Amino acid sequence: MTTNDVLIKVDGLEKSFNGVEVLKGIDMEIDKGDVVVIVGASGSGKSTFLRCLNLLEEPTGGTILFEGTDITDPKVNINLHRQKMGMVFQQFNLFPHMTVLRNLTLGPTKLLKQSKKDAEKNAIRLLETVGLADRADSYPSQLSGGQKQRVAIVRALAMNPDVLLFDEPTSALDPEMVGEVLEVMKKLAEDGMTMAVVTHEMGFAREVGTKVVFIDDGKIAEENTPDEFFNNPQNPRLKDFLSKVI
Amino acid sequence: MKDFFSGLTDSFVKTFITEDRWLMLLQGLATTLEITFFALLLGLLLGFFVAVVRSTYDINNKGRKCRRLSDYVIKVLNVICNIYITVIRGTPVVVQLMIMYFIVFLTSRNGTLAAILSFGINSGAYVAEIVRSGIMSIDKGQFEASRSLGFDYKSTMIFVILPQALKNVLPALANEFIVLLKETSVAGYVAIQDLTYMGNLIRSRTWEAFFPLITVAVIYLAIVLILSYFFKKLERRLRNSDH
Repeated sequence: MTTNDVLIKVDGLEKSFNGVEVLKGIDMEIDKGDVVVIVGASGSGKSTFLRCLNLLEEPTGGTILFEGTDITDPKVNINLHRQKMGMVFQQFNLFPHMTVLRNLTLGPTKLLKQSKKDAEKNAIRLLETVGLADRADSYPSQLSGGQKQRVAIVRALAMNPDVLLFDEPTSALDPEMVGEVLEVMKKLAEDGMTMAVVTHEMGFAREVGTKVVFIDDGKIAEENTPDEFFNNPQNPRLKDFLSKVI
Repeated sequence: MKDFFSGLTDSFVKTFITEDRWLMLLQGLATTLEITFFALLLGLLLGFFVAVVRSTYDINNKGRKCRRLSDYVIKVLNVICNIYITVIRGTPVVVQLMIMYFIVFLTSRNGTLAAILSFGINSGAYVAEIVRSGIMSIDKGQFEASRSLGFDYKSTMIFVILPQALKNVLPALANEFIVLLKETSVAGYVAIQDLTYMGNLIRSRTWEAFFPLITVAVIYLAIVLILSYFFKKLERRLRNSDH
């Protein structure tokens, strides 16, 4: 791959909370079209790492180059870059006081200056791709967990982002709803969307991931193709982890 | 029995009809409503501003070093807002009113304006705490979802946080407005001729206490009932999204 294809380049990323080091120097490259799956035990720092990528957590050290710009530089207007980095949360975080349609059009109309008509047309089209076009006028409280998360995904997509960050998107779902969300994510990956996914779904990592990363104690302990990662793990902590989750 | 009724009629006539005294009550009511309305507006304005300053400080700046100019501005504003709330909540509203009228408005003696400012500034401190509690009750995830879409802090407040916060604190705000309306009844302390003052004036002129005072009470009650009705309606409308 040429350097032109690098979307995100993380160098020596550090984060501490009140003196407690959570991330201890992480380097990573995410190329266009990559589906990077990040796994690890709880408390290992994998969610913190993901949340640092769009600066929801402010890193205490290191740099993050996103499309060539160091977004950790305080002079950079992070809001503009966040428009290009969609995020999907464990708790969905839909706006409860707005209809599904308004959830999807708020960003595009206010930030991308799309007309209401265009934004709604696009929103309906996106809802159709996840089979929820008939719920456009519902409020989030009227949806199931799986439906909420699918809406949350298309809310991020409506901003036409260059990368999607998933923070344990299926962890708050009832087991029978995990599949419908993973299906949507898989389809996105097949369409070439660049994704960084923190998850416990090893099946998804193996099937959809282009690269799997094991974070342990704030550092990357192993990084490999799914095949090698699952069939031939090197790091003893990873071997231990895999034996517990698979 | 006949005497009782004729006495009642007599006292009714003295209270309302003689010298067109009902007009005094009407004037008093107008003054009360004027003071309440403008004090309410001022209180809302002040309250929202202070609430947003205080919660912005709590969310973004608390325990962090100032790095930009805006950090210093918000820090200073936060200190001022804290002093404002402490002083206003820590002193009686009558005392505040008298200070405003006898010290600040010493030369102009514009009683109504002094009352509007006093009650508005007083109400603002309470509204501020109510709205702030509403803002702080919104899940952190709502901030994060909005910021991750690319909204700045201000737009996040306007589009995502405040609409939800307001809905949550509407009953408390309604309560504050009712308290404000009734609190204006102390305006007579500085010779403002509000509803209570007028009722008491009629009492002192006619030596009839029953009709003037009960009438004043009933009028307050009626306004409160009307206010409550509209707030209930508003609440129901805003509750659309909870099913």
